[in-house]
Amino acid sequence: MTGLVGLLSFLAVLALVLILSDLVMRGASSLDWNFFTRNPVPAGEAGGGVANAIVGTAIVVGLAALIGLPIGIGTGLYLAEYGSGRVGWIVRFVADVLNGTPSIVVGIFAWTWLVKPMGHFSALAGSVALAVLMVPMLARTTEEMVRLVPHSLREAALALGYPRWRTSLRVIARTALAGIVTGCLVGIARVAGETAPLLFTALGNLNFSTSILQPMQTLSLQIYVYATGPFDEWHRLAWAAALVLMGLVLLLSLAARWAIRQRHGAAR
Amino acid sequence: MTTVPLEPVAAPEPRWQALRGTNVADRLYRGVLTALALTLPLLLIALVSELAVSAWPAIRHFGFSFLWTSVWDPVAGIFGAAPMIFGTLASSLLALVIAVPLALGVSIYLTEFAPKWLRQPVAFLVELLAAIPSVVYGLWGIYVLIPFLRTVVVPPLRAAFGWTPFLSGVFYGNSLLAGSVILAIMIVPYIAAVSREVLLAVPVSQREAALGMGATRWEAVWTAVVPYGRAGLIGAVILGLGRALGETMAVTMLIGNRHDIGLSVLQPAYTMAAAIANEFSEATTDLYLSALFEVGLILFVVTVVVNALARLLIWRVARGTAVGSRAL
Repeated sequence: MTGLVGLLSFLAVLALVLILSDLVMRGASSLDWNFFTRNPVPAGEAGGGVANAIVGTAIVVGLAALIGLPIGIGTGLYLAEYGSGRVGWIVRFVADVLNGTPSIVVGIFAWTWLVKPMGHFSALAGSVALAVLMVPMLARTTEEMVRLVPHSLREAALALGYPRWRTSLRVIARTALAGIVTGCLVGIARVAGETAPLLFTALGNLNFSTSILQPMQTLSLQIYVYATGPFDEWHRLAWAAALVLMGLVLLLSLAARWAIRQRHGAAR
Repeated sequence: MTTVPLEPVAAPEPRWQALRGTNVADRLYRGVLTALALTLPLLLIALVSELAVSAWPAIRHFGFSFLWTSVWDPVAGIFGAAPMIFGTLASSLLALVIAVPLALGVSIYLTEFAPKWLRQPVAFLVELLAAIPSVVYGLWGIYVLIPFLRTVVVPPLRAAFGWTPFLSGVFYGNSLLAGSVILAIMIVPYIAAVSREVLLAVPVSQREAALGMGATRWEAVWTAVVPYGRAGLIGAVILGLGRALGETMAVTMLIGNRHDIGLSVLQPAYTMAAAIANEFSEATTDLYLSALFEVGLILFVVTVVVNALARLLIWRVARGTAVGSRAL
């Protein structure tokens, strides 16, 4: 039986190895200068790149972080500092409920909320949808990290005459900073690969665009279109784009692990 | 705050003001944090009401028959969601059948049997499966998994069980089977991570008692550790179910997207999330759009109920400690 559970673990790791190696084998050969610097060419033509999607991903995800991080971290601080009452319980429960919401549902919500009133698709609507997905997770991680800070630190700061807000921000939040940064990186990594919430908000764009009020291309949307399209050239680009997206997500995840390591290392 | 000391012994200094929280800046700080925190409940209310309002025309038009009729005809304006509800349940349950033994095996191996040096790296690698974007799973599924199923898995399966209705029909690739297998791979990291934390929360005395009575290590795990954490393990499985129900991109790319209820896993099917992803931008009439919103509303309600159930079960095992909270 020990062998069996060992084998099952091996299978799970094997799946990961297979997926990553397929990405590298099928995608790496297409990663050239053109891929990163050119925009898509008309369907059926050879060549072209995904420069617009790379820039678009950075803008959409960056804007989502700009909206989501303050709300998420603020909510987490609230839960840790003042969250023992009824309001805290409600906020915590709602965060958990929203955490399990299917991303496609958030997508159509953002559509009714922003796209429909504005009359057109926009990168901004996509960023809001991603922020909605990011906030609940971020709130709970921040809360957990802030709660890990020993009480003695808070007592010491208060005893020295620090007001509560300074204690909270300069002592508590700063001590938990590495953990909060980890939560932020994990949150960004999680939404960077999202596609479903962007289908009806950022929509995708064949051209290079940096206007957040216009439709914008992202890597995930590009992969979806290219993977399900009929051309071999598209499939080749889809694998390359998937490799780039995977690399980005992995980099963020590893950075998150590194940030938390630093903290534990310093604690010892 | 529980940390405020109670009896100030002759301390008339104004510094105590700060401790009591009467400071203006303190109140401002608390106000800002509260406002930020309250955006979450407001968001939930906005989300539910937007969905409900948008779905209302369809709800009024079709009533409960929306749930069990299977005609989906946008031209005639007749909508019944039974095929996609069936497809969502079927693909998620089939995914669980594949994923649960795998994930439980991983968590048991990592908590009970694996050499110490192997535990962290393997746990990390399995959790990395959760970091792969859905659309990348979809891409991999189309070009690697489906050919693999077609050449290696399906022929022997059909040779052995081809007479059952579950494997009838021609296998073209995009099917309930392909969608379920990719879902299974996607939910393994979630179930494994939570089960692992549940098993770690089982007291060592449980194992020692079983071993002391002469049980082998495997018997100790199976008779003392797993039953102790049963509620939490079921919670982990239900959490995986919640993930599977709402998963969109990979399933949309693999399941075939056909409005059909069939027993054969080799045939195309449909899920609620896939229907929204595929048809939302093509919904030309108001009723069509409203029907898709109703699908979204049903999906939302179902995932909320499933997730709440999972959370309660996980909490029961280790009350007070945040078991599984990192993976949730």
